[in-house]
Amino acid sequence: MLMTGNMAAAWGARLGRADYIPAYPITPQTEIIETIAKWVRLGEMDAKLVQMESEHSMLTAAGAASLAGARVFTATSSQGLLYALEMLYNISGWRAPMMLINVARALAAPITLEPDHNDVLAARDTGFLQFHAETCQEVLDLILLAYRVAEDSSVLLPAIVNLDGFYLSFTREKVTLPSEQDVSTFLPDYNPPNPFRANMPVSKGATVLNGALYSYFKYHMHTSSIRALSVFEEAALQFERIFGRSYSPVEPYMMDDAEFVIVISNSFSTIAKQAVRRLRERGFPAGLLKLRMLRPFPSSLVARYLSARRGVAVFDQNISLGSGGIIYPEVVASLYHRRNRPQLLLPVIGGLGGKQITVEEMEKIFEAIKNEIGAESPDPIFLMRQEELETTKNMVRTAKEVQI
Amino acid sequence: MELQSKYKTLRDVPQIDYLAPGGSLCAGCGGLLAVRLFHKVLGKNVVWVNAAGCMTIMVNYPLVPLKSNWLYTAFASAPAGAQGIRDAFDILIRKGKIPESEDLKVVVLTGDGAAYDIGLQSTSGAIYRNLDFYYLCYDNQAYGNTGFQVSSATPVGSATATTPPVPSEPAGNIQKRKDLFEIWRAHNPPYIATLSSSYTVDFLRKVEKGSTFKGPKLYISLAGCPTGWGYDPRETIREEKLAVETGIWPLKEAVEGKVKHTVVPRALKPVEEYLATQSRYQHLFNPVRRKEVIRSIQEQVNLYWEEASKREDFEIKLVNT
Repeated sequence: MLMTGNMAAAWGARLGRADYIPAYPITPQTEIIETIAKWVRLGEMDAKLVQMESEHSMLTAAGAASLAGARVFTATSSQGLLYALEMLYNISGWRAPMMLINVARALAAPITLEPDHNDVLAARDTGFLQFHAETCQEVLDLILLAYRVAEDSSVLLPAIVNLDGFYLSFTREKVTLPSEQDVSTFLPDYNPPNPFRANMPVSKGATVLNGALYSYFKYHMHTSSIRALSVFEEAALQFERIFGRSYSPVEPYMMDDAEFVIVISNSFSTIAKQAVRRLRERGFPAGLLKLRMLRPFPSSLVARYLSARRGVAVFDQNISLGSGGIIYPEVVASLYHRRNRPQLLLPVIGGLGGKQITVEEMEKIFEAIKNEIGAESPDPIFLMRQEELETTKNMVRTAKEVQI
Repeated sequence: MELQSKYKTLRDVPQIDYLAPGGSLCAGCGGLLAVRLFHKVLGKNVVWVNAAGCMTIMVNYPLVPLKSNWLYTAFASAPAGAQGIRDAFDILIRKGKIPESEDLKVVVLTGDGAAYDIGLQSTSGAIYRNLDFYYLCYDNQAYGNTGFQVSSATPVGSATATTPPVPSEPAGNIQKRKDLFEIWRAHNPPYIATLSSSYTVDFLRKVEKGSTFKGPKLYISLAGCPTGWGYDPRETIREEKLAVETGIWPLKEAVEGKVKHTVVPRALKPVEEYLATQSRYQHLFNPVRRKEVIRSIQEQVNLYWEEASKREDFEIKLVNT
């Protein structure tokens, strides 16, 4: 059936049998909680939805409910994610698995609505697992997979599934809805370890006034996060057997014999894939590696797919001001120790604030890799089309000069 | 009809403790005493939902002095944590995933910094949603855990680490306390009360009485703070008692919004009998006596009781200023 990315996320909560949905509105996520609220009110979904007074409270309630044993689902975007950021660290430290959907939206100031990934990547160090979706089907499937991985007793960490605002949240695509029975087979009820109970009291979030002990807990969380990669791969095998769709932490696209490769994630992957196809038709050996799992970072897979290529561009739809793209150094770090690492690793920044990226721009990136543009410098290339630049300059001129 | 209370005299204080001795808090901590008494009434089936503050240090890995459940949340959002736990229990019990015998009373535990300042928004939200929970604020009238900085619960005239008395500001803190009781009351919860461990029977009765209501049950307990207020740890009960006897800390409750004072001193003691015992007020007495500040504190107390006595029609002898 045809549905938006937001609707697919809501179906993830419903088919995943979420017990509890603390909510708070923010564009472009709101359709998710509105949809679930309606289902719950109509009795079509057996869960409780509570609208909180902030995202910070929403995430606090979410994590606490998970510790009491509920399967929890919630969603936010952008400012909301940052407002709640303190709690993300707490929730992973509590070892409270839960689902947080982030519908990506660029961060103020200047305030805007369309996506880039500075919001979700601000959560990259929190301990939340991160999965990034390109299609509406992927949104639904990754939610089911992420619940399964997050609740695995060898992982026990919360998860974020990211989808791009507007480009995916409001785009209708065909989505196959799995049967409830198949989902229950793949994702059994959550069986929490040591939840709050009258007959077996527990303390969560105890103070640790000792650096060695603190380090121990952080190391434990880190290794659990790393373990999530193989747990994901195993779960994905069963997922494929039951549902017929295959997911790996990274998705190679036309990578056989590709000499020039773009590394990318989320909805612009679709446009980049189109560029790869067009280049291939012209005999240009282009390929694409889509990052589906951002935490844990699939370093060894990235290295395996990118080693021995002639040139690689990393497309960052985000910016760490004063440094560059956030994914770029992670790819570089994955490759540094490989003898046959690509000679050229080109950092590219594009799509900030939802700036549209055309197929032609994607093709330009490949041209730049081939011509070794930027080989001498680690500074990223910023994508901007001539007509966009002129429109922008006009607006800046208007702001400066026009007086009433 | 008034509830027939189990608690009539000090002999009725339950012997059982759910808080082990020898914890890591300061000697003479009034907040800890309040937690201990509160727990005696509620019994063991409790989950404490804590905001950053002095009590956070009580649960210090790997030693936990509690026989009940505990969650440390964050500074701003303990009531939201209570919401998540209450909701989770409700739905898991309804779905038959856990038996009712595993259910817990959910108690938010915060200091005044969280209750009056950073956590006011999440408290407001939880009361608005009519969450079935208890809120115990141990009010030591400043940010005690960080070394006694001013909070919006700090009384006029108190020195704190961020409002030290200096020649241009000789009174120390000059801001009036927020009236949290009235802020809470404006949300229409079924039960609110102020407490002091020094009036133990009054304390226990109020917790008992609150338990009969479904919805938010909110308590502000005075928490004598030897390190912050500056007095000998053995004097906590005496200090808190003086706070009540001088009328500085009124003991009252609001049932479905209707306010009633539960302890009315026949004649108020002069506030300086209380102020003079604590280092945080020493600048009001030495090197020169700040008569106008002491008088204004007394006037505020008088005004409060004058209005209360009219509203509730009781007799009280005020202190001449």
